[in-house]
Amino acid sequence: MPRTLFQKIWDRHIVARRAGNVLLYVDRHLVHDGGFHARGQLAKRGLKVRRPQNTFGTPDHYVPTVSREPADAPTPEIRRMVEAYPASMKQHGIPHLLLGDERQGIVHIIGPELGITQPGMVLVCGDSHTSTHGALGALAFGIGQSENEHVLATQTLWQSPVKTLRIAIDGARPAGVTAKDVILAIIAKIGAGGAVGHVIEYAGSTVRAMSIEERLTLCNMSIEAGARAGMVAPDDTTFQYLQGRPFSPKNFDEAVKFWKTLLSDPDARFDAEVSLDAATLEPMVTWGTSPENALPISSIVPSAPQRALEYMGLQPGTRLDEITVDRVFIGSCTNSRIEDLRAAAKVAKGRKAKVPAMVVPGSGLVKKQAEAEGLDRVFREAGFEWRHAGCSMCVGMNGDLGRPQERIASTSNRNFEGRQGKGARTHLMSPAMAAAAAITGRLTDVRKL
Amino acid sequence: MAERFTIFTAVAAPYDPVNVDTDQIIPARFLKAPREQGYGAFLFHDVRERADFFLNHPVFGKAKILVANTNFGCGSSREGAAYAFHDAGFRSVIAPSFGDIFFSNCMKNGIVPVRLEEKTCTALREALKRAPGGEITVDLQANRVTTPIGELAFSVPAFFREMLLEGVDEIGLTLSMLPSIEAFEKDYAAATPWLTPLR
Repeated sequence: MPRTLFQKIWDRHIVARRAGNVLLYVDRHLVHDGGFHARGQLAKRGLKVRRPQNTFGTPDHYVPTVSREPADAPTPEIRRMVEAYPASMKQHGIPHLLLGDERQGIVHIIGPELGITQPGMVLVCGDSHTSTHGALGALAFGIGQSENEHVLATQTLWQSPVKTLRIAIDGARPAGVTAKDVILAIIAKIGAGGAVGHVIEYAGSTVRAMSIEERLTLCNMSIEAGARAGMVAPDDTTFQYLQGRPFSPKNFDEAVKFWKTLLSDPDARFDAEVSLDAATLEPMVTWGTSPENALPISSIVPSAPQRALEYMGLQPGTRLDEITVDRVFIGSCTNSRIEDLRAAAKVAKGRKAKVPAMVVPGSGLVKKQAEAEGLDRVFREAGFEWRHAGCSMCVGMNGDLGRPQERIASTSNRNFEGRQGKGARTHLMSPAMAAAAAITGRLTDVRKL
Repeated sequence: MAERFTIFTAVAAPYDPVNVDTDQIIPARFLKAPREQGYGAFLFHDVRERADFFLNHPVFGKAKILVANTNFGCGSSREGAAYAFHDAGFRSVIAPSFGDIFFSNCMKNGIVPVRLEEKTCTALREALKRAPGGEITVDLQANRVTTPIGELAFSVPAFFREMLLEGVDEIGLTLSMLPSIEAFEKDYAAATPWLTPLR
């Protein structure tokens, strides 16, 4: 029977079945500093991490981005979280990176970057944006702390069956339309709950033409459409990306031979199908408090529930490109890779930011690469702050927070109420669009700058 | 250790917004708290500041079952959202659909997420608003909910239903299957010889 990419990976990881569920084997389990409940529970039960060799840790949620010093955490509570992490990793014997190691970074940046994420794997992490890793043809999804503990103890996870959704994206993207704009357009089209209970496979010529970094951005926000996971079938772009990375297979050709079998059979059936014409897209921005509230930059604020407009401080009918912003955040697991920073730097080069703007690279290696290319200088000369790697203002857990009513142009993934700080107002967009907003002090069509 | 759930009756509160994300249910700044401290006070911490929020209502404020709208608990995987409901005494949330991770987190914390049709949920919320104080009974044994608008069938995945009804320790169950896991690992390693250990 023809199978989808998802089914092929799912089937080969089934250890056992019980009452309609499967016990799924986990190839890679990524852990971060936010997962202390799970590790604490494990220790309380007197259990060990069953497969440390399948587990990898990096601190990201709580780390300061002004420096690599725990002492620079803004509160004693946050500092305690930063300092507790290495001890917890050591206690459980989990291979991990330390703050200050140039390879440290956001868990969803370093997985692909170090070759930890590979096609055909089941990869989990206690973070909803684990869907990112599906860009390499892995089945990757976020889990809660109890599931996190279960994986640490058993290297497996009980899972209920999931449906499949193929999103076919075809056509050439117009200039200025990035992977971020594509995924925002998809979420606007199918809704924040449009893919609940489904794993998305992104297919079509537009996806095939995307770089791995663009596919990572695409898959990253699958969860914002409610999907369990998002994935792209591996191809030559994937194999070239993985060649020579620290944890990539040594017998690479043998791996590639298997990876080439990882694509949906031509007559495989999906539970649902959606298509999108990339040629019709424009740069997108969000105006409300759900990622589904995304519109082309040429639009106006629509009539909407009072609650969202009130929180955002907006009036229906206002042109999106007339909305002024107070600050800009370029970073997060959605958009902090080198291609993102290059795109933002290209806009910032030779200009001056009108509002405070900060750039937070996704990993120490991204930071190093950007500095080798002189991007840090471009940003600094344009008045942008150049920070160290971490989740930072995407979720604000390290204290990088917006103030009440502060309006933020952000390359992150969630515009929820309070996400970037209590009362803070988030507009999501691509790195180039965020850089343009920093230069003009308002939401701006980067193509007109 | 899973908390056992068989049947639960409580006053229910209606909450209309769609796409309620787990950042609303518990803001990220509270996730540092040790569980022993209790997460009940964090439930909808910032949303509670709105005077018309259901937890501020004289009757709905006593509710231990919530009737919500589509895609409830979307967004972040934070299990703190389920801890907060649990520690505030909630044992069930009823909605047309749930964020997948929140749905799973609920079941691990003795909370039954009940999926009912959208129009049923709407009717149920309206009935609760018309006559505040209405109770709902969630009977997992019978897969039925008794509500002010009638008795309705629901289902949760059979595996998780079994875990909840018996209060099974899932990790204990899986560890009892260790020989199967080890056998799988042996075959899997032979089939994927290129996989490199991470240490």
